[in-house]
Amino acid sequence: MAFGMIGTSDAPAVADAAPGRRSPVALLLLLPGVAYLALFFVVPFVSLIVTSLKAPDPFGEIGRYVYAFRWENYVEVMTTYWPHIARSFGFAIAATIIALLIGYPIAYFIGVKLRRFPLLQALALVLVIAPFFISFLLRTFAWKQILADEGPVLGVLQSLTILPDDARLTGTAGAVIFGIAYNFIPFMTLPIYTSLERLDLRYLEAGGDLYASPATTFFKVTLPLSMPGVVSGTLLTFIPAAGDYINASSDFLGAPDTAMIGNVIEANFLRVENYPVAASLSIILMGAILLLVGLYIRRAGTKDLV
Amino acid sequence: MESASSGADLQLDDVSKRFPGFTAIEELNLTVPAGSFFALLGPSGCGKTTTLRIVAGLETPTTGRVLIGKDDVTRTPSYRRPVNTVFQSYALFPHMTVLENVAFGLKRRGTKNAIARAHEALQMVELDHVAQRRPAQLSGGQQQRVALARAVVNRPALLLLDEPLGALDLKLRRQMQVELKDIQTDVGITFLHVTHDQEEAMTMADTIAVMNKGRIEQMGAPAELYELPRTAFVANFLGQSNLFAGPVLSAKGDTIVVDVAGRKIAVPRERAQRHAGDVTIGVRPEKLVLHTTEPAPAAGVNLLGPGRVHDVSFSGVSTQYLIAVPGVGTLTLFAQNLVSGPVVSDGAEVWLTWSVDHGFGVADEPAEALRFDPDDDTQAIAIAQRRRIEAELEEA
Repeated sequence: MAFGMIGTSDAPAVADAAPGRRSPVALLLLLPGVAYLALFFVVPFVSLIVTSLKAPDPFGEIGRYVYAFRWENYVEVMTTYWPHIARSFGFAIAATIIALLIGYPIAYFIGVKLRRFPLLQALALVLVIAPFFISFLLRTFAWKQILADEGPVLGVLQSLTILPDDARLTGTAGAVIFGIAYNFIPFMTLPIYTSLERLDLRYLEAGGDLYASPATTFFKVTLPLSMPGVVSGTLLTFIPAAGDYINASSDFLGAPDTAMIGNVIEANFLRVENYPVAASLSIILMGAILLLVGLYIRRAGTKDLV
Repeated sequence: MESASSGADLQLDDVSKRFPGFTAIEELNLTVPAGSFFALLGPSGCGKTTTLRIVAGLETPTTGRVLIGKDDVTRTPSYRRPVNTVFQSYALFPHMTVLENVAFGLKRRGTKNAIARAHEALQMVELDHVAQRRPAQLSGGQQQRVALARAVVNRPALLLLDEPLGALDLKLRRQMQVELKDIQTDVGITFLHVTHDQEEAMTMADTIAVMNKGRIEQMGAPAELYELPRTAFVANFLGQSNLFAGPVLSAKGDTIVVDVAGRKIAVPRERAQRHAGDVTIGVRPEKLVLHTTEPAPAAGVNLLGPGRVHDVSFSGVSTQYLIAVPGVGTLTLFAQNLVSGPVVSDGAEVWLTWSVDHGFGVADEPAEALRFDPDDDTQAIAIAQRRRIEAELEEA
């Protein structure tokens, strides 16, 4: 897991094993990757920065912008859209926590409890990734039907008087968070499974032998040893969740008042054609994610990633 | 949970453990007195590790009871038992420092000064200077000592050792054997040591129980087991033995006389398990005396021979002779190096004598006793392995 490796700076043995030989073959092999990144990441990124600083067309034509250095774009979008940015991160954090709470037990069950039954283990893993066989959009749309005003879930909850008659499920923050969590559970489960599958169960026996109850053994031994998987899983969930615009869209599980930053960017790029606003929002989103992820890895992922 | 400062008795009553398809332990009865160093010795698959895991609470016995002190702990989960284990793999937590590993048990029980006491335990095994390192940064011997400190620091009523020295090289193993014994004497904890290394068991334990196929074959002090094995398995697993079968000719007075290939061999009555019919008797290789001329018969001495020497291996301190005696089979003889080098060479005709007091009679049926497969002996396995490697090297 690539993310799991972040912060394992104290692994000198591996680095020493390959002395710094700069062979031309190695550089040659790197070339396609570097070219790909330059073409499809660096060039669009520079273009995005340039776009984010553009000024409106002096003749007032909609959708046309001229080159400029209008840094006020950033100030304007921050003052206008800060609630969307805050909501995006709030939803993403909530969805990540829910996905972790659901994904970890699944991963533990498959990686530890099913270890003695390889066939069942393989079957369970297929079931975890089975949702990918159907398009993300279709699945989210299906949830919209299930949670709809005339749908079965709301009907049951209302007839049990858990929810009042005028309550709705779709179009609420809860539905959006639920949808994001649902869609990213496999991304959370698989890396954690990879960590737990390698967990030496003798450490758990040693925990019990040293007076740790099963719960204490979990928090002191199992969880720390599976942290690489947890860090990978939360990053794989949180980063795309923060930029998600499908679940929060009014066409799916959201409503105008649940719009996330992704919805704003989408509207500005494709409907309003306000490219500088969309571009500066994209860069703010990217920067904010980088900042949060950096802090998170510093906090969770340095020493404990063995 | 009380912290036992000195050891407690361990008692196993009729403990059995059945797994699907096989029985690991059959009706085991065992009492380990408080403060003793008790070794469970046996070949792999004899049930000794299962016994240890049942005492630790990592397995539940199918039948029977486990008592530590006066408490029945049969259904007590491992984390509530006053028992600590030094695991064969050490099982040191890789994400914690050495100090955190050693303090783990103390912290779980809310002991005050957990860190200070962990440092003391590390000083005892002379590893306090690596307290802040991770287990992976230590050598095998150091990890073993950390595992020991992590268990001993809790002052358990009972300390379980699951072949903890198996992974160490010979020199380190000898050193650790001495250290372990010292620690046991110092802290007075009851030690239950599981091993397949007979030498380790003999040098360290007060009492050894030899296990075979889920049952205890014989239990006693190391010297007692060695001098007077009661079964063919013990006679061969704990050191080597020469075993002979034959019918009892007379059982008058305090000796029984057995016919071995025409020779009358006497065994003290109280050293023989069976006194009539076909019996198996034996003698240890170092008790045999080698003669190049036929000695005159003497009272209190057994005589076998003539036989022919077909292998002489000189190991410095002693020489091992393999001697084929017609009608008896091949006997092994260890002679101390009193003169310079071996006294006879291959093909020499020799006679063997030993004091009647050194013979013993085992309980097995003669047919079964002689069918003992010496491959079960760890030493034999090691020799076979070395031969295989040598053969491979020659081919290459």
